[in-house]
Amino acid sequence: MTALTLTNVNKSFGNVHVLKDINLEVEDGEFVVFVGPSGCGKSTLLRVIAGLEDVSSGEVSIGGEIVNTTPPSRRGIAMVFQSYALYPHLNVRNNMTLALKQEKQSKQVIEQRVAEATRMLNLEDYLDRYPSELSGGQRQRVAIGRAIVRHPKLFLFDEPLSNLDAALRMNTRLEIANLHQQLKTSMIYVTHDQSEAMTLADKIVVLRAGRVEQVGSPMELYNNPVNQFVAGFLGSPAMNFMPASLISEGDTRTLGVRPEDLFQSDQGQLKASVQHVEQLGGDTNVIAKVKDHQITARLFGQHDIKPGAELSFGIAEGKSFYFDKDGARLRG
Amino acid sequence: MNKARTNPLNTAAMHGALILYTLIALFPVFVILINSFKSRKAIFREPLALPDADSFSMIGYQTVMKQGDFFLYFQNSMIVTVVSLTFILLFGAMAAFALSEYRFKGNMLMGLYLALGIMIPIRIGTVAILEMMVATGLVNSLMALILVYTAQGLPLAVFILSEFMRQVSDDLKNAGRIDGLSEYTIFFRLVLPLVRPAMATVAVFNMIPIWNDLWFPLILAPAEETKTLTLGSQVFIGQFVTDWNAVLSALSMAILPVLILYVIFSRQLIRGITSGAVK
Repeated sequence: MTALTLTNVNKSFGNVHVLKDINLEVEDGEFVVFVGPSGCGKSTLLRVIAGLEDVSSGEVSIGGEIVNTTPPSRRGIAMVFQSYALYPHLNVRNNMTLALKQEKQSKQVIEQRVAEATRMLNLEDYLDRYPSELSGGQRQRVAIGRAIVRHPKLFLFDEPLSNLDAALRMNTRLEIANLHQQLKTSMIYVTHDQSEAMTLADKIVVLRAGRVEQVGSPMELYNNPVNQFVAGFLGSPAMNFMPASLISEGDTRTLGVRPEDLFQSDQGQLKASVQHVEQLGGDTNVIAKVKDHQITARLFGQHDIKPGAELSFGIAEGKSFYFDKDGARLRG
Repeated sequence: MNKARTNPLNTAAMHGALILYTLIALFPVFVILINSFKSRKAIFREPLALPDADSFSMIGYQTVMKQGDFFLYFQNSMIVTVVSLTFILLFGAMAAFALSEYRFKGNMLMGLYLALGIMIPIRIGTVAILEMMVATGLVNSLMALILVYTAQGLPLAVFILSEFMRQVSDDLKNAGRIDGLSEYTIFFRLVLPLVRPAMATVAVFNMIPIWNDLWFPLILAPAEETKTLTLGSQVFIGQFVTDWNAVLSALSMAILPVLILYVIFSRQLIRGITSGAVK
């Protein structure tokens, strides 16, 4: 069964066309990540799915039911917000139970669901605290708990980790992944961080300027991007782009090579002067200039390279991507 | 911390200036209070002297209690002020919520139209208001005053509150919507508590002019049973003879409730004024 189907969804604010003909299917139990630069419409799309915004045209159906005119609370969804959005005047327990009380669930059901969620999220000790007495990570866990207790058909996450610091972000990311394994509910997750997308998703939806650029599993998108935008957006450090004429005279295409597919070799085609070296311990990122084009090479292990050195890089066999001047992928 | 702020000389100068201002501001209140406890002769002999055994007299308060129904005036003032404030805050907040929360055609225009009232003094319309009150039979009723004061207070209330409501996180309201709260619940339970400092600011800014107003009570409700405190105190001021003891006593008693309400609201008021500047 499909958890969510979007058919030709369009959304405009006045004259601004934010979402353009979005078509998408989310299967039951799938973890789908919407990723794209800021302003690409990914949050708007999430809000359309949640029912916080109406579609201008098109159809949204959740669990096989068209919900275009259904209010958010009856769509069987739960949402986790970037700013946590906990009710400041309610303690943790009441924050979690408010929606259930609105649904007129029995006391037993409420009790049991809160117990279940607090156990999953280790929130037992905080039930009687107020949001202002919690740290950022704890607040986000409460926000997730508030979503879990509703037993939704679909979870919506709106950049839930961007207010957390780096270490906590890693932990919470793992927790969300665990949660998905335990609950086996469909989840839609919006982020601008490609590493979150790569690590969490079963399926990534790359959006740009209100359009879906490509849909697929993380590795599909990484190994087989349909255009220069997707190729450049996924992967860190990002893919190198340079005129193909650098390696073969008169070629007008754009050449794309991932940093890890460049290797140091005296016979290499790319003669580069090193600008900067990032020693990460496990890897070494070499930022160098080939004529006027900056490239990044990711070398495995530790290398003693000094800025100013002249090096040659080769491109791993079969790892070059070619794009035309509009950014479309050229194959073969 | 800013260096200039920790400089003791600057701190002293700042406090000096503030203390001086406090003294100037409190001086009239102080004069009214001390003189209300003095005999008529003592008031004129030495207006700035404190009441002593010789000059102490409660005659002013006795006159006020005897003449005119002071408690009725007091009650009228209280009813008018409290009900007007309630209406201003309730309707002002509701209008502000609609203007800041919902996108609809003419939203901007409606906001500007409501703000127009800030620039036009309501007293310009006194004659028209009086005609309207006569036509509706509301002359000499507290309702007339309440309606006028509500109209007078709304523009500024809508203006200030809508600014503050724009700052309330959208995520919070949306979380409420997803949890199945009605728009009214979101307004009363989520948004209002968060703009409480702004509400207090609006309340104080409106309370004092309403409490002190002489103009509209004199024109719209001069009857004995609807007189407000300020209007009631005027009976002691005559064209030729003024009963200063009574006037000062009445004023002293009129200051009290405002003072108490101000103390209650002031904490919130300061937060409301500074919340934009200090994060």
